[in-house]
Amino acid sequence: MASVSFDSVTKRFGDFTAVSNLGITIGDGEFVCLLGPSGCGKTTTLRMIAGLETPSAGRVMIGERDVTFMHPKDRKISMVFQDYALYPHMNLADNIAYPLKVRGESQEKRHARAREVADILKIGQLLERMPSQISGGQQQRTSLARALVYPSDVYLFDEPLSNLDAKLRLEARGFLNHLQRDLGMTAVYVTHDQAEAMALATRIAVMDAGIVVQYAPPLEVYRRPATTFVANFVGNPPMNLLPVEAMISDGALHLKAVGLATAPLRVTRAAAKALESGKSLTLGVRPEHLSLASGGEENTIAGQLFANENMGPEALVTLEREDAARFTARIFTDEMVALEGRVTLGFSSDHIHLFDERGLRLPLDHEED
Amino acid sequence: MTRYMSLYFTRIGFSVATALIGVFFALPLVWFIFAPFNPRAELGLAIPDPFSLSNFETVFQNTFALRGLWNSLLQSVGGVVLVGGGATLASYALSRSPIPGKHIITYILLLFSSVVAGSAAMVPIFLIINGMGLIDTHIAVIMVFAGGLLPTAMFILRDFIDGIPRSYEESAMVAGASPVQAFFDVALPVIRPGVVVVVVWAFVNIWGSFLIPFILLRSSEKMPASVAIYSFYSEAGTPIVTLLAAYSLIYSLPVIALYLFVSWKFGFRFFGGIKA
Amino acid sequence: MRQFSLLSRTAGAAFMTPAGVLIGAFVIAPFFWVIYVSFTNRTLLGRTALNPEFVGLANYISLFDAGSFFTRGEFGFSLILTVQFVLFSALIGQAVLGMLLAWMLQSVPKSLKRLTEMVVIAAWILPEVVIAFAWFAFLDYDDGTLNMIMDALGLPRGDWLLSFPFWVIVVFNTWRGTAFSMMLFNSAFSSIPPSYFQAADVAGASSWQKFRDIGLPLIRGHVVTDLILITMWTFNVFTPFLLTAGGPSYRTEILPIYTYRVAFRDFEFGKGAAVGVIVMLINLVFALFYLWVARKRTAKVVA
Repeated sequence: MASVSFDSVTKRFGDFTAVSNLGITIGDGEFVCLLGPSGCGKTTTLRMIAGLETPSAGRVMIGERDVTFMHPKDRKISMVFQDYALYPHMNLADNIAYPLKVRGESQEKRHARAREVADILKIGQLLERMPSQISGGQQQRTSLARALVYPSDVYLFDEPLSNLDAKLRLEARGFLNHLQRDLGMTAVYVTHDQAEAMALATRIAVMDAGIVVQYAPPLEVYRRPATTFVANFVGNPPMNLLPVEAMISDGALHLKAVGLATAPLRVTRAAAKALESGKSLTLGVRPEHLSLASGGEENTIAGQLFANENMGPEALVTLEREDAARFTARIFTDEMVALEGRVTLGFSSDHIHLFDERGLRLPLDHEED
Repeated sequence: MTRYMSLYFTRIGFSVATALIGVFFALPLVWFIFAPFNPRAELGLAIPDPFSLSNFETVFQNTFALRGLWNSLLQSVGGVVLVGGGATLASYALSRSPIPGKHIITYILLLFSSVVAGSAAMVPIFLIINGMGLIDTHIAVIMVFAGGLLPTAMFILRDFIDGIPRSYEESAMVAGASPVQAFFDVALPVIRPGVVVVVVWAFVNIWGSFLIPFILLRSSEKMPASVAIYSFYSEAGTPIVTLLAAYSLIYSLPVIALYLFVSWKFGFRFFGGIKA
Repeated sequence: MRQFSLLSRTAGAAFMTPAGVLIGAFVIAPFFWVIYVSFTNRTLLGRTALNPEFVGLANYISLFDAGSFFTRGEFGFSLILTVQFVLFSALIGQAVLGMLLAWMLQSVPKSLKRLTEMVVIAAWILPEVVIAFAWFAFLDYDDGTLNMIMDALGLPRGDWLLSFPFWVIVVFNTWRGTAFSMMLFNSAFSSIPPSYFQAADVAGASSWQKFRDIGLPLIRGHVVTDLILITMWTFNVFTPFLLTAGGPSYRTEILPIYTYRVAFRDFEFGKGAAVGVIVMLINLVFALFYLWVARKRTAKVVA
C-alpha cells in the first residue's frame, strides 16, 4: 500500500482543460471517491494515476515514487474498468490470473491464487466458464478478482458499478465496503453516484469542470458543502437552494424572499464581508431538514402544493412558490400526508446553509473559529 | 377485406416474379450441376446416365490440372498471409497509435487502390515486376495481389478494431503487461474474427482471379487453376468438356465452402459488403 | 511532451511498414510510373525496351486521332462502347434488377427468398473463369441450354455470341454483378424500422406507394453509393474477355480489354500506358466523388 499525491497536475486535451491544477493527496489506506458529473475530469484524474493518461503539467506520486511518465505496467497498481474488460477468449480462471501470468508465475500458482480470490468473491464455482457465459454481476466480481489477485500499491475503480442494475448495485456496494474494511487498501474510486461515494469513501473529492471543489470526509461534505455545486450534487433529493436578499440591521442578519420567513441570524464575519459588495445570498435547506409547519411562524417557507409523493417510509412534499421556484421536503412518516392548497414547511436555524454570490459557503456562527 | 386481398395478390405476384428472376440466374448454372458427373458430357444440358465420378478421376490423373490447383493454393495462401499479417499490424497501428494524419492515410490508400485497378494498372505493374526481374514467379503474383487488396483489408479491419474497447489493452497494461504482451495476449485474440473475415475475403479474391497471373506468369507449370483451365481446350480450340466441367467444380469448391463458412459464422450480409 | 498511448509512434510506424511497402510498390508506384511510361515509346522487346525514348504527347495524340477515333478497335470506339456497357449492364441492369429483387424479397416466403439469394450470390462469388465457361456452354449454338429453351418455346435459335456479342456481355455482366446491389439494398431496406411500413400498411398504401414514399427516399444514400461502386467496377471489369476475348471483330472490346490488347498483345506499352492514365483519371473522378458522398453522409450521421 502507498499514498498517492498530485502536485499541481493539469491535463489538457487540445484546447479543453480536463483537469486543472490538481493538488490532492490520497493517504495510505484511504478509500477516496472522485465524485462529479460526466466531463468533470474525475476519470481523467484516475487514468493519470493508472498511467493511461499523461499530465500536461505537474507530477503524480505513488508513495515516494514519481510515476508521472511511468508506463502503467511498472506502477504496481490494479484497476477495475467500467466495462470490466474481461478477455472474451479466456475463461474466468485465466482472466483472473492474467496479472500473475505477465509476472511470470507458474500455471499452478496462478490458478491456486485465482481460486483463492474467486472463493472470497463467491465466484469459485465459475472458474471454467467464459465471460460471455456469466451474469453482469458475476462479470463485475471477476474484474474485481483480477484486480485483487496480486498485491498493489493502489487500487483504482472506474465506475465499476454503473453497468449493474439498481438492486445488484446496492449489493455490490455493500460488498465493496466489506472488502475495504477487511483489506484496508488504498483505493481511488470514480463515480457519479453520490450515494456510492457517501457509502464507500473515507474522503470524497467532489469535482466540477476539472477542479476539486471540496475534498473532505463524506459527512463533512454532506454537512458543510463547500459550494452550491456540492450542495446540489450530494444528497438525494438535492438540497433546496433559494436566492435571498440579505441585509444587516440591528446587529442581525435578515433574509428576505417570497414566502420565506426567517428568524434573524447572528452576523458572522464571513457574512459581513460577503455583504459588503452586494446583498444577494443563497439559502440552502436539505429536504430531510424540512417538516410540515403552520403559516405565520418563523423559519418557514410557504407556497402552493405542487407534488405529494408517498414512498412508504417517507413522503416527498414539494411546494411551488409564486415565482415558480420549488422546495421539497422529505417527511419521515409511513402515514399518508394529507395536504391541499397552500403548504408551509418549517426548518431550524441549525440546519440552514448560506452561500455567497459566487456560490461559496459562508460559515455559520457555530462553525466559525 | 379488399386490402387483405391486395396484399395477398402483391405477395403472389412478387413470389412469381422473384421465382422467374431466380430461374434467370439459375439457368446458366444448371448445366454446371450435371456435366461434371456425366462421363459423356457435352455443352448440352443432359441428365447424366449413368451418374459417374469418372470425370473427376481423369482430373486427378492429370498432373497439369492438379498443379494448377496447387499453384492456386500456393498463391492464395501466400497472398492471404501477406494481406492478413500486413493488414492486422497496419490497422492496429492506425487504430491505436498516435500516428499523425492516420485518418486521412486510410482514405488516401483506399482512393489509390480503387484508382489503380483492372488492366489499366497492369501496364505499370508488369513493368515494375519486369524491372525487379520477378516475371514468372509466384512471389510476384502474391505481392501484387497483396498490395492491391491491402488498402481495403486495412479499411475493413481498422473499422473493426476501432469498435473494440481500448480497455482490453489498458487493463492488460495496468495488470503489468508490456505493449507487446498486450498486443499478443489480448488484442490479437480479440480482433481475430475481423482478421478471419479479411483473410477469407482475400483468399476468395485471389483464388478466383485470372488477370494478374495471366499477365505476370509465363511458364505453364506456375499457372494457377484460373489460367491452367484454358489448357483443357484441344488444338482446334474446342473444349474438352468432361475435364473442364469436373475441374471447374473442384476449383469452385473452396469458394463455396468459404462462403458457407462465412455466412454460417457471421451471417451473409456481412460478406455481402466486402467482396470486390 | 511524452504521451501515453497503447502503441507508441515508433511501434506504430513499424507496424505500418509491411503493408506500406507492398502498397507503395504495387499500388502507389504504378500510379506514377504509368504516367511516366505514357510519355515514352516503351515496348516489351527491342531497342526501346531498354532505352525508351521520350515522345511527349505522341501516345495521347494517336489515341485521339480524329481520323480513326471511332473506328472499331480504336480508343474512341472502345470508350463509347464502355460507356454503353456501364450504362446498360451496371446502372440499368445490376442496379434496377438488384433494387427490384431487394424490394420483392422483403415480402416473399422465406424459402423462396433464401433460394433466390443463393443463386444470385452464386453467380457473383464463383470464380470468373468458371462462370465464363458456364455461359459459353449456356450460349452454345448447337447444344446450349438457351437454344434448347428457344426450341421448346418455339422461338428461333440464335448464335448469340456472333450475332449479339455486345448484348451478351451486357446481360452477362448484369447476371454476374446484380448480387452486390441486391445485398446492399436488402440490408438498407431491413435497416428501416418495420413500423414505418406498418404505419403505411395501416394507411392503406400499395407496395409501389410504400416503395416510392418510404423505401426509396430512406435508402437514397445507399443508392448513390451503389451506383458509384458498380460503375467503377464495371468500368474496370475484365471478365467479358473470358467469354468473347473482345471479339468478334472488336465488337465487345471494352476499355479494359482494349488496354490489355494494346499493351500485352501488341506490346505497345507507351500507348497502353496512355490508355491506362486516362482510365485511371476517370477512376479518380469516380473515387473522389464517392469519397465526397461518403464523407457527406457520415457528416450527416454525426450531426
